[in-house]
Amino acid sequence: MDKFVTHTGKAVALDLANIDTDQIIPKQFLKRIERTGYGEFLFYDWRFTPGGELIEDFVLNRPESVGVSVLIAGENFGCGSSREHAPWSLLDYGFRVIIAPSFADIFYNNSLKTGLLPVRLSSDDTAILTQRANSLPDHEIRVDLEASRISDNKGFSANFEINEFRKYCLLNGLDDIGLSLQYESSISAYEQSSRQNQAFLAFSS
Amino acid sequence: MKTLFDKIWDAHIVHSEPEKPALLYVDLHLVHEVTSPQAFEGLRLAGRQVRRPNLTYATVDHAIPTKNRNLPFADPIAAKQVETLRQNCKEFGVPFFDLDRIEQGIVHVFGPEQGLTRPGMTIVCGDSHTATHGAFGSLAFGIGTSEVEHVLATQTLPQTKAKNFLINVEGELPFGVTAKDVILAIINRVGTAGGTGYVIEYGGSAIRSLSMEGRMTVCNMSIEAGARAGLIGPDESTYEYLRGRNLSPKGDDWVKAVEYWRTLPSDTGAAFDRTVAIDANELSPFVTWGTSPEMSVTISDRVPDPAAIGDDNKRRSYERALEYMGLEPDRNIESINIDRVFIGSCTNSRIEDLREAAKVVQGYKISGSVNAMVVPGSMQIKRQAEAEGLAAIFQDAGFEWRDAGCSMCLAMNDDVLADGERCASTSNRNFEGRQGRGGRTHLVSPSMAAAAAIVGHFVDIRDWKFKEI
Repeated sequence: MDKFVTHTGKAVALDLANIDTDQIIPKQFLKRIERTGYGEFLFYDWRFTPGGELIEDFVLNRPESVGVSVLIAGENFGCGSSREHAPWSLLDYGFRVIIAPSFADIFYNNSLKTGLLPVRLSSDDTAILTQRANSLPDHEIRVDLEASRISDNKGFSANFEINEFRKYCLLNGLDDIGLSLQYESSISAYEQSSRQNQAFLAFSS
Repeated sequence: MKTLFDKIWDAHIVHSEPEKPALLYVDLHLVHEVTSPQAFEGLRLAGRQVRRPNLTYATVDHAIPTKNRNLPFADPIAAKQVETLRQNCKEFGVPFFDLDRIEQGIVHVFGPEQGLTRPGMTIVCGDSHTATHGAFGSLAFGIGTSEVEHVLATQTLPQTKAKNFLINVEGELPFGVTAKDVILAIINRVGTAGGTGYVIEYGGSAIRSLSMEGRMTVCNMSIEAGARAGLIGPDESTYEYLRGRNLSPKGDDWVKAVEYWRTLPSDTGAAFDRTVAIDANELSPFVTWGTSPEMSVTISDRVPDPAAIGDDNKRRSYERALEYMGLEPDRNIESINIDRVFIGSCTNSRIEDLREAAKVVQGYKISGSVNAMVVPGSMQIKRQAEAEGLAAIFQDAGFEWRDAGCSMCLAMNDDVLADGERCASTSNRNFEGRQGRGGRTHLVSPSMAAAAAIVGHFVDIRDWKFKEI
């Protein structure tokens, strides 16, 4: 996972609640066995016609959206399936930060594990940033993860909450598996004691 | 005093310290072809092994065809994904139920069926409907591919504890009202994000009176209310279901297991962070009208009018949903014609679901304007349904009778709705494009789906004329 320390970038707003993982990355693209290359399929049914033509008035397809890296969305972003392909496709497309009033649990977790930063802001703050992203061509958002602070170049500033441990992992680009394996002796001890105490629960065959 | 969730949580802590997620032991890890290839590849790149292959079970369900399985897959990308899982299981020593096995089926169907799913366990799978296993009083939740890799490598997961949410469904379910209607009513009440941050325990007399199949249907859709896990305290129905299953404990082990399981239900007076009460006597069959599982009404209702909604965001989402669904406000639900019927998915593809649907279908033919299919949840269920004569009832009526898999619940294979087609579906999600781009999904119970197949539009199952032959 890449480190996430600070990020500054142009934002785009999808002002809809309950944007689900089937919209973020439709199922026909989940058959690949790779971890990369999903960006071109992001929001596929919203970006392209059934014939594969670009839908020009969809916000991501407009000329002013070139180079965006911050996505602002409505509440319960990422609801639905556990497909990690959702954060993979957002990252691969170029997004580093998703701002919403709330996120679905699995999507939120998956994002943190891939280096995509989900930021929960109040509905009012989200609305302010949505309005600015939609109307100000030179609008830019800056995220400082160390300070848990989000600001823009028009005077907006707010703190956001993030689990301290998750923050530490993102700031240092740490691999969860490596961290958990530090507790190898605890895992082995747990297995030994549960095997002794609850041998009756083993799978028969 | 502890809840069922508290007890399972406490019993699985491998390591904990303040301000950090607890490291939780995983008792059972179910694996399928779609969310695992990148995880196995990660292990290979890091030179890691699967720590406990004997607690890991794999099958294929999501991307596989449900007919003509003797032929090579028409889709080479899906074929490669399935072959990749086959090779990964071989390389890492993971038990694998391949396409030619009687056990093969949807992960959340075959686990309980084989006796892998038990009370008090922690169960994970790279699939959001893993909460299905919570019906047995286990803590079961969906994970992403990074977490799949983590569990493969360490048999643990770092987790922050969720809050306790009790949903009590008291009373007796009226005739024609099923487990599916109970969970659709719950989602309608709490909303699609109402359970976010919680583990839901379903309790009350109506839940206790459900069969294990019905309980699985309820727990299955917990994620549609935002909760990663949903569970039900184990009782005699649970033990009866598990007794004698292929991999269930046997002999003296069985006696000790049941003794242990009896300690698991939530203590009387245990504290819940949130409680909701639902009156079972008041429930009716539900039909979703929109593009979120919370957008539902009862069969005797009408499509809602967005103009009557005060909240701007909600009104816009209603308008958008109605436009996508091709429905006008105030439309009578029974007047909605359908093109397709899908009976299947990890929500409703078990033997009891097929029996309920077959009771409705018996003696009828499906409408000439409807294309209908039944996709059993596992090959074992398929064979059982054939032995019980259910398959013949469906086939005589004009239903297609398929092999086991996820099929048109998520339409990753070629079971897909065409643009504009409208489907009565026993699955769990009615998102835009879920069953095919432009496809319109209405979520219902198996008996409501079966009746709609015959009449060609939604009907109230409570008025159905059952034909006993």
